[in-house]
Amino acid sequence: MGLYLAVALASVRRHATYRAAAFGGAFANIVFGFIRAYVLIALWQTNPEIGGYDVVAAVTFCFLSQGLIGPIAVFNGGLPEVAERVRSGDIALDLYRPADFQGWLLATDLGRAVPDFCYRSIPPLLAGALVFDLRLPDSPALWLVLPVTAALAVVVSFALRYLVMLAATLLHDERGVSSVATILALFFSGIMIPLTLFPACLRPIAELSPWAATIQIPADIFLGRYHGLALLAALAGQAIWALALLGIGRVLTGRVRRRVVVQGG
Amino acid sequence: MLTISQLVITGIDAIAILIIFQHTSSYAGFSLPEVMFLYGTSGVSFAIANAFVGTVDQLGRHIRAGTFDAIMLRPVPALVQVAADQFSPRRLGKLVQAAVVLWVALATLDVHWTADRVALVPVMIVSGVFIFAAVWVLGATYQFLAGEAAEAMNAATYGGNYVTQYPLSILGKEAIRALTWVIPLAFINWMPALYILDQPDPLDLPAPVRLASPLVALLLCLVAAVVWRAGVRHYRSTGS
Repeated sequence: MGLYLAVALASVRRHATYRAAAFGGAFANIVFGFIRAYVLIALWQTNPEIGGYDVVAAVTFCFLSQGLIGPIAVFNGGLPEVAERVRSGDIALDLYRPADFQGWLLATDLGRAVPDFCYRSIPPLLAGALVFDLRLPDSPALWLVLPVTAALAVVVSFALRYLVMLAATLLHDERGVSSVATILALFFSGIMIPLTLFPACLRPIAELSPWAATIQIPADIFLGRYHGLALLAALAGQAIWALALLGIGRVLTGRVRRRVVVQGG
Repeated sequence: MLTISQLVITGIDAIAILIIFQHTSSYAGFSLPEVMFLYGTSGVSFAIANAFVGTVDQLGRHIRAGTFDAIMLRPVPALVQVAADQFSPRRLGKLVQAAVVLWVALATLDVHWTADRVALVPVMIVSGVFIFAAVWVLGATYQFLAGEAAEAMNAATYGGNYVTQYPLSILGKEAIRALTWVIPLAFINWMPALYILDQPDPLDLPAPVRLASPLVALLLCLVAAVVWRAGVRHYRSTGS
């Protein structure tokens, strides 16, 4: 455990260095946040309540989702750093380490997410709050739940990107697999358009998908749409996806591993 | 297989528009075919510009890695080399999808097609290509000053594509003014579309402005060329 903590802390330090790049990303998130907010406001002008959201909830959702783009690293698709190491053969080194491969990467990714929460989540929310009326959690207990749901969102997103990385390694097509994964994630997480707007046939599927656990569920928790048992169930849903996807990743790692060793030689 | 699945999947953001129209039949005064027309024209222009100059946003990487020095030594314009770097026909996948949306929009639009309106469609698409390309180059040039700005310029390029998919009237008037006079993305498709669709202009600008896209494209390309040259002149190697 101490090892993984050290890996995570080293990752925090490493990623905290790239401030200019992070703020550049936050700037893009803010601009997209404003455009998406106006897209949603125009729709809510035709109807004051859609899918259980009023316009304040919709705009808050919009800036929350933009703020989470950094921590859950949607636009990475997979794990680009690992793909680069597969290409160069350095992956052999990673596989020889006396540490669990998936655990090492998870620790690295959690460490990466911490500075991203500071640099890329807070600025979009602040910028949105300056211009629009946003809905903040009103109970102190809810503020305590936020770090939990946010951390689970990062773990689910990592587990998904880990699977994408495995698929990319098997298919020798990192860019293709990653871009498909990114677009699926943008659509089914609610970033492109809140899942609450989805038509009845698509909405339950999207809301139960692992991508919903990375944006839609944490955002709904922030908006105070879950209380008591429903709140626990929402968190449990995120945890189940996290464990299930990490488990699948573990099982598949062994199979991909044999192939990768051949490649690295 | 993957290319086909990508083709299908790049169309997923068009579904967002369909979802919006599930909840309303008129969006900011525009019908579904009208918004699809905006989406299609913006998408086609963007895809062509992206295919030809999209990789200029890798300029920062070239500068950091020192490969821009090698580029400067070759007897081919630096801009052409940076733009041609890692050219991939995959970048045209978006073009097919946007063209399909545009085709459906043109087939279903309720427009009185006069000769000038028909002629304006290709003109606006070509102008849009050059405006997007100029914005891309201008954004990339900024990386001569700040090497890590690659993601920030996504706001202008991808953000420009995104915002022009929708009627600009959903934005506040200040934002529309900024997109008309500061970063003239409004001329990619919004201004000519107002003319073709016979829609009111929220800014009440004189009618000829709606036809000014080619002029704006030309001016913006000139600005981009001058700025790019200045950027190259002031480039200093990382020297390692």
